[in-house]
Amino acid sequence: MRSKILIPVLVTCLAMAACNKDVSNSTANLPALNPADQDLNAGSWKTILLSRPDSFAVAAPAATNSTGYAADILELKGYQRNMTGAQAAAVKYWSAGAVLRWNEIMRELVAKYNLPPYQLPDGTYPIPSAANPFAYPLFPFANPPYAARAYGYVGAAQYDALVACWYYKKLYNRPAPYKVDSTIKTFVPKTTLPSYPSEAAVLAGVTAEMMKLLFPGEIGAIQQRLQEAELAAIMSGAATRSDITAGEALGRQVAQMFITRARGDNAGKAVGTPTDWNNLVTNTEAKNQVPWLSLETPSRPPMLPLFGRVKCFLFDSATMVSLRPGPPPSTGSDEMRSDVSEVYAKVKNPTRDQMKIVQFWADGVGTYTPPGHWNAIAAEDFIKKNWSEVRWARNFALLNCAEMDAGVVCWDIKYFYFNPRPSQINGDIKTLTGVPNFPSYVSGHSMFSGAAAAILGHIVPERASAYMAMAQEAANSRFIGGIHYKVDCEVGLTVGQNVGNYAVQRATHDGAE
Amino acid sequence: MYMQQKYFIRLTTLMGMLLLQMSILRAQTDEDAIMMTKKNFCLGGTYMHSSWDHYWEGTFKRNNQNIGTMSTQMIGLMGTYGVSKKFNVIFNVPYVWTHVTRGTLHDQHGVQDLTVWLKWLALEQNVGGGVLSLYAMGGGSIPLTNYIADYLPLAIGLQSKTLSGRLMVDYQLGKFFATLSGSYTWRDNIKIDRPSYYTTELHNTNEVDMPDMTLFNFRTGYRSERWILEAVATKMTTIGGFDIRKNDMPFPSNKMNATMVGAHFKYNFSKPEGLSLTGGGSYTVAGRNVGQSTNFDIGIFYILDFSPKKKKK
Repeated sequence: MRSKILIPVLVTCLAMAACNKDVSNSTANLPALNPADQDLNAGSWKTILLSRPDSFAVAAPAATNSTGYAADILELKGYQRNMTGAQAAAVKYWSAGAVLRWNEIMRELVAKYNLPPYQLPDGTYPIPSAANPFAYPLFPFANPPYAARAYGYVGAAQYDALVACWYYKKLYNRPAPYKVDSTIKTFVPKTTLPSYPSEAAVLAGVTAEMMKLLFPGEIGAIQQRLQEAELAAIMSGAATRSDITAGEALGRQVAQMFITRARGDNAGKAVGTPTDWNNLVTNTEAKNQVPWLSLETPSRPPMLPLFGRVKCFLFDSATMVSLRPGPPPSTGSDEMRSDVSEVYAKVKNPTRDQMKIVQFWADGVGTYTPPGHWNAIAAEDFIKKNWSEVRWARNFALLNCAEMDAGVVCWDIKYFYFNPRPSQINGDIKTLTGVPNFPSYVSGHSMFSGAAAAILGHIVPERASAYMAMAQEAANSRFIGGIHYKVDCEVGLTVGQNVGNYAVQRATHDGAE
Repeated sequence: MYMQQKYFIRLTTLMGMLLLQMSILRAQTDEDAIMMTKKNFCLGGTYMHSSWDHYWEGTFKRNNQNIGTMSTQMIGLMGTYGVSKKFNVIFNVPYVWTHVTRGTLHDQHGVQDLTVWLKWLALEQNVGGGVLSLYAMGGGSIPLTNYIADYLPLAIGLQSKTLSGRLMVDYQLGKFFATLSGSYTWRDNIKIDRPSYYTTELHNTNEVDMPDMTLFNFRTGYRSERWILEAVATKMTTIGGFDIRKNDMPFPSNKMNATMVGAHFKYNFSKPEGLSLTGGGSYTVAGRNVGQSTNFDIGIFYILDFSPKKKKK
């Protein structure tokens, strides 16, 4: 009697305890990147900021029959002999592609830092400070515009650095260690790509330097990742110490150009001042429009109201203003009333499918934001392409710059019109995800998605219609989630595509196609 | 013996514990040392109300004016069937409503999880003038609908399938008793609607590893054929999980801990026989990543006798 009951219970419990609950990341076990084409002429591709691929000199490497090189080979073999399990795992991890991995790391940092500061006792909000990144509130608050710009800069800098890297690779044509010494083990596919300077180290150097600017609280962790990536390149048999040293130095130098640009691109002033915030209200009222109000309690100042003045990568400021659409329906108009009712009707009794779409695209607090989501979508398709690292970087640069510029244009539009959210007009509108703390018109998600779909559809043409369908769903998710009026999403999607088309234009003229 | 008195079979009482959302909804969990007689079926309905306006974000206790007061209401249909006087099967199906008084987040409502417990009276023995009994229990729960879990604090549940094991010791001396139970709950991974999420690192998957939980429950008081009056203390601990970061949203795999104290009663009517009323309240005195909830419950139960024996007068 006893055993009859107890045994099944115990067995089930044990079975459950024994079952593997491990959750693995979708890119945890990728094979090594094995490019079909090494793009050996990529040194001639059009750079974004560098005026020439050899703007920064890289000294000629020592000959492969020199004693210096022999010492490099000895070091490499020593590492290979003493490789630990963790180091072997690192070799495998980085072999999937360093551009991919650094973009993943970026997404993680954005998600980690995407938290709005908690209020002070007096009901005001502290502003994160780059000068003191370790104190609360941690710097940065990686909200969507901040994140879009961060992805943009890292993407652009990686691309320029790799173009320079490829230039020198072709110029010096130093063979990979495994070509020089056949007793070297290889943990990555053997290729004809010259190893000097090391692309892994160029990427590590340029990215680490950019991240120091963008996520200064992560300096220690980023330096560790750099060392891990470089050691992995040596242990894999693909690079020697001298390949690494030259690569890292080149990467860091290229980064400095982008850092100089970043310091002067107006992003540092995007928070604005209380006077700026008040002016937004009075200017909107002067136009007889209901101004946007924060729906948070205590009331939070608008998110980066001057971000629309940031210098874009794909076009100048005149073009940026020309991308600005006409106004949304007047806040006093019947059209506006009907738009508000439409949102209310849609979100009053949501279906589970509706919630699912809203959640899938929400990309709110604590996530890698919409530009990060599109970065992840792109990565999934790029993985199947077996591109060279330089082509990976080029395609991510196009995407990430399009996302950054979409963010800038969007923020310009949002604060130009300073339009209230549906829930501000009708407090009965309850949303299926948090309402972002910035004006409604136009939808940021729609702009990011339109821009991403446009450039990704060019890069991976067979997926163009799929990307556009996803972008439409992402845009619509903001309407059916009660966050936006339909017009915000429709116009946002169109303007986003217009921004994305500038990236497409660039792609057709950069020498890579 | 108390347990053998045929007409005083009772349903396991409700544990008035609703930590919900940032809270764990614990429906009827039978943490009492009472068995149904063979072929008797006790069916009942309960109503619970739980609310909080402060919560623990990790260890930091705060309020949130964008939530105001969070409330959860539940109506549960529950029943216990006596397979034998030593072996009972218990089930519970709740319908849950959630609501916040401030901010813009949308309410949720719906049928939550089916919970089933198998309860076995393993040992019953006179000790020192009283009766000592030992129970072994196994239980499980399964979501009955595809409600959204990744929408805390308003989600009506966490979508995880669970299996639980519980040991319970009861000692009754005269009309006074004490019951101590300990449970371990295995929780299956869940799938959420988004393709990535951040815990203490970024996960590029929609699958979430749900940490297991333990639960200790102590109850003591007066227990007669007519009345049960008891004080109840509960400690729920998540084995693993992570803290909500400052000003972040809660997440299903958070480390949700809570210590609650409360009181509970059950009254068995003499007429009509088999009818009983239960009720109680509890308060969360300590917690982590849960709301500091105040909970009330009330329930009504009726025993249906399916035994072939002659009808009782």
